Amino acid sequence: MRGILRLRWNPALLVGGILTTLLIATALISLFWTPESPTRVRIALRLKAPLEAGLLGTDHFGRDVTSLLMVGAWNSLAIAWPAVLLGAAIGTAIGCAAAAWKGVADEIAMRVSDVVFAFPAVLSAIMIGALVGSGPLAAVLAIAVFNIPVFARVTRGVALQVWTLDYIAAARALGKHPLRITWEDVIPNIAGALIVQVTIQLALAILTEAGLSYLGLGVRPPNPSWGRMLSDAQTYLSQAPHLAIAPGVAIALSVLGLNLLGDGLRDALDPTLRGRDVPV
Amino acid sequence: MSKRFLAAALLFSVSLAPAYAAKTSLVVGMPIEPPGLDPTIAAPVAIREVTWANLYEGLVRIDRNGKVQPMLAKSWEVAPDGLTYTFRLQTGVKFHDGSAFDSADVKFAFDRARAPNSTNAQKQILAPIEAIETPDPATVVIKLKETSGNFLTYLGWGDAVIVAPETAENNKANPVGTGPFKFKSWTRGDRVELTRNPDYWQKEKTKLETVTFRFISDPQAQVAALRAGDLDAFPNLSAPELFSEFQKDARFKAVAGNTEGEIVAGMNSAKKPFDDPRVRRALMHAVDRKSLVEGAYSGFGQPIGSFFSPNHPAFVDMTAVIPYDPAKAKALLAEAGHGGGLSITIKTPQMAYASRSAELLSAMLAEAGVELKIIPTEFPAKWIEEVFRGKDYDMTIVAHAEPLDMDIFARDNYYFNYKNDKFKALIADAAKTTDEKARFAKYAEAQKILAEDVPALFLFQLPKLGVWNAKLNGLWENSPVPSNDVTEVTWSE
Repeated sequence: MRGILRLRWNPALLVGGILTTLLIATALISLFWTPESPTRVRIALRLKAPLEAGLLGTDHFGRDVTSLLMVGAWNSLAIAWPAVLLGAAIGTAIGCAAAAWKGVADEIAMRVSDVVFAFPAVLSAIMIGALVGSGPLAAVLAIAVFNIPVFARVTRGVALQVWTLDYIAAARALGKHPLRITWEDVIPNIAGALIVQVTIQLALAILTEAGLSYLGLGVRPPNPSWGRMLSDAQTYLSQAPHLAIAPGVAIALSVLGLNLLGDGLRDALDPTLRGRDVPV
Repeated sequence: MSKRFLAAALLFSVSLAPAYAAKTSLVVGMPIEPPGLDPTIAAPVAIREVTWANLYEGLVRIDRNGKVQPMLAKSWEVAPDGLTYTFRLQTGVKFHDGSAFDSADVKFAFDRARAPNSTNAQKQILAPIEAIETPDPATVVIKLKETSGNFLTYLGWGDAVIVAPETAENNKANPVGTGPFKFKSWTRGDRVELTRNPDYWQKEKTKLETVTFRFISDPQAQVAALRAGDLDAFPNLSAPELFSEFQKDARFKAVAGNTEGEIVAGMNSAKKPFDDPRVRRALMHAVDRKSLVEGAYSGFGQPIGSFFSPNHPAFVDMTAVIPYDPAKAKALLAEAGHGGGLSITIKTPQMAYASRSAELLSAMLAEAGVELKIIPTEFPAKWIEEVFRGKDYDMTIVAHAEPLDMDIFARDNYYFNYKNDKFKALIADAAKTTDEKARFAKYAEAQKILAEDVPALFLFQLPKLGVWNAKLNGLWENSPVPSNDVTEVTWSE
């Protein structure tokens, strides 16, 4: 708690923090309560406008859009979080190794990253879907795969800087093993940069999950997903625009919130920017 | 005052002056591009929708009401035993390459279609043929091994059109028939263009000079192209939810007709619990077909209680045999030993009608205590492999588009794994019955058997949602055969 209070608060951090808290809170509440069951079909109430039936109206099956959005928030995070954490864990390990041993190991790690980087998440999702069957697992793996090179590069970049510092040189001179140096001295120093990257990648992961579900590669029906809500809404655009606006705004606000949070955290945590606060 | 009036009158008459002649071109939109242009070697409906009656003609044709009409055969006699058909052919008919049409072409076309190595999609329709004789160029005599009640109807299908020996090999890419339109060009992924055949044997019948088929899969793009006037007609719009807007728009004519496609949720009768007819009946009782049509197809499409097209004169409405009754569904499930609930899966193709129907089925079955899990299964490749060939499924959902295809429930080894000897014998019997009234009575009985035994959940008839320019006349409202017959299309002023 003291750590949070010690942060240098800035507008991006504040707005991003609020939006992200709202997102997480909505997702958590949906586990216990939604205004209606999100799978309850009421044909008599189909395509009702907002406030005509429920806060945000109903979809083409008469399901409550508010409830669908809430459970969609949970599904979105339930795919994005594990995917980003998995990608971050593997990517960080590779980046640290590359920075610690340099040379051939570094070269191989970075070129492999380049190759993986060249595959868009949608393409890897289709390939992984063919292997494990399309569905939430394929989506998590695909987003994780596409996060590995991102974290490998970021980690390598900041870790290389840390490795040039005097106290690391001292530790090496004392014969400390590179693994221990990485664990005890490098990682605590780059944690800030990684946390920032995780928030930004979460935003991208939510967007990618929506994209995959839009294409039918993510969460399975009738389990709601923002991406599929958008794709379902497409042909109803002229009759019931709220069906597209609701998930669209939800995705936009979530991505915006996480990006602002990432920016704000970077400003608050990045040691290289600290000097800016010192009055000239 | 009078000057101004004169000026106004003049202006008015000027604006009327180009009393233009009726348009003679037609651009038709289709959701799916055909893989080739030879209906005698492959199944896809899109092939027939471009070529049937426009490029190719058969001995007979099916008209817009589903009736058999003379075409290349101007008349025929059937011997009293029903085994010999003698066709008198039209004379003076030419193929598009200039060669003459005669009885040898008929023999060639049918022999090619029924040959052992032929890939004709409906080979069974020509299977009863024993021999084809050509006593003279204008006469064909077909001898059958056994009677075939629908033989003439079958000869009107795209699978039995007449092709010439000189050109048949290349028909897939460069079609040559006897129809009122000739093939002009095919831009892959975009359009097929046809032009008027100046040597057509019924020249006065067709008014159009050019016909273009454009392929647009995205429903929004279909609507936009119609609105922009890039298309004159879309005989089968993909998105029912967009159709109602055209019904309100005076510039368009919007007609909801029937196709031959029945949407059914097939069940694997060889697998537990579907081997128990009580379970199948219980699931049918749990389905509110009317709500399903409303939710999945915006209310267009006729609910069906058996497997027979409402376009056919022998159709009987069977929806009342197993009506929507959730309480009865629960009771039947309990009786079959599934009172504690049931969990099954449905392999669902990506088409909107299928995935929407599956979601609704899942919600409806849940009310009866059945958990229906949806497994998205890509169509056609994965679906054919897993469901159609592999028979590795509980339940699935797809539209069966062929006309008169009730016999699929009598086929051994078909994906339903359904076995009913009584039904099988009845269908075999109906196929051989030449007396129309007796045959139709047998079809009615067969419909009843399926309705009571429910080898598949019978949901609704896929509608044909046609939209075209209000000035366009002569397009078909229903499709008793898969086709876009434009031979009688005209523009009013």
